[in-house]
Amino acid sequence: MATIVVHRKWEAVSPTRQRVMGLVELGSALIMLLVFTLKVQPGQMATFVMTPGGLTQGIAGNWVVPAFSTLMALTVVNFLLGMVQLVRGFGRWTNAVLGVVVAFFVFSFLTWATAGKSLNLLGMLSAAVLLAVPIILGAFSGVLCERAGVVNIAIEGMMLMAAMVGALVGSVTKNMWMGLLAAVASSVLLAWVHAVLSIKYKINQIISGTVINIFSTGMTSYLSSKFLQTYQELNNPPIFPRVPIPLLADIPILGPLFFNTNLFVYLVFLLLIILQVALFTTRWGLRLRSVGEHPKAADTLGINVFATRYMAVLLGGVVAGIGGAFFTLGSVGRFDEMMTAGKGFIGLAAMIFGNWTPLGAFFAGLLFGFTDSVATKLTILGTGIPIQFMAMAPYITTMVVLAGLVGRGQMPAADGTPYEKE
Amino acid sequence: MPPVLELKGITKRFPGVLANDHIDLTLNEGEILALLGENGAGKSTLMNILYGLYQPDEGEVFIRGEKITIHSPIDAIRAGIGMVHQHFMLIPVFTVTENIMLGAESVRMGDFLDRPAAAARIREISSRYGLEVDPNAYVRDLPVGVQQRVEIIKLLYREANILIFDEPTAVLTPQEADELFVIMRELARQGKSIIFITHKLREVLDVADRIMVIRRGAVVGETVPAQADRQTLAAMMVGREVRLEVEKRIARAGDVVLEVHDLVVTDAQKQITVDGVSFDVRAGEILGVAGVQGNGQTELVEAVTGLRQPVSGSIRLLGQDVTRATPREIIELGTAHVPEDRQRDGLVLSFPVAENIVLCTYYKPPFARGVQLQREIIYETANRLIADFDIRTPSASTTVGSLSGGNQQKVIIAREFSRPIHLLVASQPTRGLDVGSIEYIHQRIVQKRDEGCAVLLVSPELDEVMELSDRIAVMYRGKIVAIVPAESATKSYIGLLMAGVSPEQAGAPQEGERIVESTF
Amino acid sequence: MSKPENKPDVGKVFLEEVTRPPVNERVRGWQRVGRVLLVPALAVVTGLLLGAVLIILTSESVWEAFRVSLGSGLVTAWNTIVQAYTALFTGALGDPVRIVQAFQSGDALEIRRALNPIPESLVNATPYIFAGLAVALGFRSGLFNIGVEGQLFMGAAAATYVGYAVKGLPGFIHMPLAFLAGALGGAVWGFIPGWLKAKTGGHEVINTIMMNWIAFRLTEWLLGGPMTRPGSGGLPISPMIEKTAEIPQFFPAPIRFHLGFFIALGMAWLVHWLLFKTTWGFDLRTVGANPNAARYAGMNITRNIILAMTLSGALAGMAGANQILAVNRSMALGLSPGYGFDSIALALLGNSTPVGVILSSLLFGALRNGATRMELLRIPNDIVSIIQALILVFVAAPAIIRTIYRVKVPKEAEEAVFVGSWGGGNK
Repeated sequence: MATIVVHRKWEAVSPTRQRVMGLVELGSALIMLLVFTLKVQPGQMATFVMTPGGLTQGIAGNWVVPAFSTLMALTVVNFLLGMVQLVRGFGRWTNAVLGVVVAFFVFSFLTWATAGKSLNLLGMLSAAVLLAVPIILGAFSGVLCERAGVVNIAIEGMMLMAAMVGALVGSVTKNMWMGLLAAVASSVLLAWVHAVLSIKYKINQIISGTVINIFSTGMTSYLSSKFLQTYQELNNPPIFPRVPIPLLADIPILGPLFFNTNLFVYLVFLLLIILQVALFTTRWGLRLRSVGEHPKAADTLGINVFATRYMAVLLGGVVAGIGGAFFTLGSVGRFDEMMTAGKGFIGLAAMIFGNWTPLGAFFAGLLFGFTDSVATKLTILGTGIPIQFMAMAPYITTMVVLAGLVGRGQMPAADGTPYEKE
Repeated sequence: MPPVLELKGITKRFPGVLANDHIDLTLNEGEILALLGENGAGKSTLMNILYGLYQPDEGEVFIRGEKITIHSPIDAIRAGIGMVHQHFMLIPVFTVTENIMLGAESVRMGDFLDRPAAAARIREISSRYGLEVDPNAYVRDLPVGVQQRVEIIKLLYREANILIFDEPTAVLTPQEADELFVIMRELARQGKSIIFITHKLREVLDVADRIMVIRRGAVVGETVPAQADRQTLAAMMVGREVRLEVEKRIARAGDVVLEVHDLVVTDAQKQITVDGVSFDVRAGEILGVAGVQGNGQTELVEAVTGLRQPVSGSIRLLGQDVTRATPREIIELGTAHVPEDRQRDGLVLSFPVAENIVLCTYYKPPFARGVQLQREIIYETANRLIADFDIRTPSASTTVGSLSGGNQQKVIIAREFSRPIHLLVASQPTRGLDVGSIEYIHQRIVQKRDEGCAVLLVSPELDEVMELSDRIAVMYRGKIVAIVPAESATKSYIGLLMAGVSPEQAGAPQEGERIVESTF
Repeated sequence: MSKPENKPDVGKVFLEEVTRPPVNERVRGWQRVGRVLLVPALAVVTGLLLGAVLIILTSESVWEAFRVSLGSGLVTAWNTIVQAYTALFTGALGDPVRIVQAFQSGDALEIRRALNPIPESLVNATPYIFAGLAVALGFRSGLFNIGVEGQLFMGAAAATYVGYAVKGLPGFIHMPLAFLAGALGGAVWGFIPGWLKAKTGGHEVINTIMMNWIAFRLTEWLLGGPMTRPGSGGLPISPMIEKTAEIPQFFPAPIRFHLGFFIALGMAWLVHWLLFKTTWGFDLRTVGANPNAARYAGMNITRNIILAMTLSGALAGMAGANQILAVNRSMALGLSPGYGFDSIALALLGNSTPVGVILSSLLFGALRNGATRMELLRIPNDIVSIIQALILVFVAAPAIIRTIYRVKVPKEAEEAVFVGSWGGGNK
């Protein structure tokens, strides 16, 4: 039943959250002071290499900073931000400020670890972008489905299947495009199963997703041990090469990161723009969102709820398929069992963190990619932290995000609810 | 000229129910036809058939003499039929323009929304029919009355000629309802034909040109307001003589049972919704809380029953401070709670009747010995209460979800009333029930009062509050604006208070103006 | 009105327990047992049929035969399937011919070998019972614990540690201690997502999956580092547990049938008693079926969510402890062929009742055991996961079964599982 709502602020930050965030931010400053700043020798320099290895375009000079003063400065800034957050809060900028604090924290971690040594920062960042690709695509897939009201935890399984089919077909045809196409087709097929089970048969969407994940794991392992491991030539697909974009690739720092890279990164950008624009400024987007918010209202206005949801889930399958293909055709060039390693679920967390918008999901995905890449790189620097603990970073970040420390947005009102036409 | 709309022999069966039994109906141009019937009589089913949401098993539909079939709302919209649903079909996070244009969007450059063009048309419709609304506002920020206007504009935007209003006044104050009637008459004057579904007799007599009464899925009579009165209509609707008033003696108020002082409560979004409320309820009296839904009643009830922590203020029950008590502590002090949404809060639909009956007491002897449930005793008790409270169920092990709404409510009543209680908190206890059940529940509440129980009754149905209460508290925007003795309260006075008019401006209620209405 | 007037025979009661709530009309007796078992049975059959199709499609020899002629293709396909499922069947239940021959030869070892498949299926079913109970308990409490796999790993790690590091205890203390340590390890791993769900609304589905990955990494580190076997050269494997910590096996090798099976049955009884006969279970089930009504009735939602996840984790931990103490005797990374994930399927197949879990565990244990025999035919045992996923589809969507077989299947009420909202805190 409708209720009167008078001037309600929906983006409001609760006092508790404001205080908790302030304390967390102050805590970060404290750790930075005690663990990083006071542990570096005065006069030590940290050298950051600003060109990824092996590139000849977009070269930038190394960045050498005095470790102690940099750390001190970052600590002070974080301390100040934390104080302001604690005392009066940043309102709608709270999440952005938290992002800055986290970025500074990570940077001081890097500075501390690099003090007296050298680190290829840009190499790390460009690795982060690549690691973020499947997460972002998973998140986009989630945005498409959930904006239409279908929870899709099968993204993981869809990506895994796409990764394997991409490798297999790519190897057989010796053509990466055929591989990509087949990968997308396999993912769409699974998306169709999810759609039929959850939209037509109205079975619990979480269960439907789990079924698909189990099926995918079983199927890929089965085919992999039956064929891919026996006949190595079936698991050796060509991979999409690095494609520099003329002129843009020559820009220092940005060029190597975004304009001299893999086709999949360009696809991510393309999809980001298309989805963001289409969801919020077109008739297609309005109808899709209406189905996820209030399917009955949409139905009474003559919008076909079922068809719209099918379309959204199938498109989600396309996007997840591209994300899955990236594992084999975009980076490794080989399929391994369970190689998606939870990226699909992390993508869902990125979607939630990004408030169910493509733009938000994009940045959240980059953040996850970044934690992953920091973790991998730091083991090389030899910080004494075991590699397995570093590898936990994205999972723990995901849980922190879900815990709502970083604030949760407004999820589509009818998300996860099957539509009953009575 | 053929009538605008004609239904012939519409029949619809649901498993076990004949919802519509060969219903014939005609609607003329510029006419307001009231479809009167109690909850569950089949009015909404008929209209959902007309709107393409259900398919009839038999029967034909003619628009201006032409036979059409309506498979979906698209067909209905195309035939010029529009419907204002009882539960608004609006998307809170969309703007007014987006809500109205959805499904009939203005677009440019292929598929891009042309919001300004749509907004311009909305403004034009607004001024033509006197339906003021800001096209750029978000629906979630609008009061209910304005939301309803958005719903009406939605129909006019699609150039509907046949407008169906399904229980449109359920969420309005009496004044807002009057405004709605003015709008309806204006629409009829400009040539729109209106079907007005309701179970409220006063409204029918006020606004309709013609009245059709439906009972148990069949048309039982047709009349015009000039030849009808409330008593005859009520009898037609229910099929027997009904008592329009609850028989009750003058209250003999005893000691204070519930004492609320300066209570402040926030909702889930941390907005203050109960803002410094003070009142008390005595043993043997019914304090009714009137107010349009969403003015803080829900949060007030939740605070009193321990479901929501107040921000400040105090609640005392039988002299004991329970401001920070848990729901169980409050229950154990002798509080019964009939929640406003029985299916969401009051029952576990997948559990059998017996388990629902012991939902608040299962852990205490005799239902449990230690941690072991005593199944035998639970079922014996359930069977006894099923008989006592006349719950129509195949057995105590039937799941509650398969019972009718009235019987579900009786399960709650049985559970709450069969315990020794000092305070009864009843939130919309008769929502969506048929007349028989309403009468029954009203009697039970009054009976509890007479036994010396303090009753806090919350209902957006002003009629119900006025009928049952000994004193009436009016809530507006989180505050209690006045507490009025029932014998001196009039409907218009309370209505003004509910709409936010201060007690001084509303003027003291005049003697002799008191009209008690039946709830249906 | 509808109290059970007379006690029907035990078998009927046993099977009726599988069909405990929610059933509306109380059709009693064998008719009802038949009606309720119809869907799972047809689901299993359909799953096996589709599995057969997959085996044919992925068999090189069938393709080659089809290249020769249609007839030889069909014959080869048929033979492949017969071979595969014969292997599955004899692997799971034993080969009658071999058993007869073994008895004729009178060789004790050969007799044990021939009889081994059935006890081995029970050995395979044991972790499934624990893990399936974990998922079922979660379902009944409205929680979807996909983290059973991780909880199982943590339980196994804890049991292993107590198993080899604690020395000098008598067996009747050491073994239960190690087993309880396993339960505790799993309980901790269940508690964390439970706490997060109750306190912050973070959805348990994603959180438990994240906890799985963290558990894998953590055990990898433990087994390669602090818990590594001396002299293993950094391979991720633990020392052997002490003899005193072992769960006893009943027969000489190769029969591994052990006490753990009966512990599992005991736990099933305990879970049944807890869920349906006690006030605690009433709390859990109410919170699971309708948290709003539970709160309204004065129950403590937070406590029950945490309790349910912790108990669920403890059961999962027992699955891990059982495998270490009774079967593997030391811990390595290949501990579980996916018990945690399979258990979701079997809990649903068993309608989330303890008796149902036992029955479907026996089925899945037999399948897993039989699948090892199929591997000899170059059919990877992942086929079992695929068949299980298919079974799960049909159990979850009985309408499909209804359409395929044109049978009347009673519409059961929906499982009490929370649907999709990610943010409990928001609602």
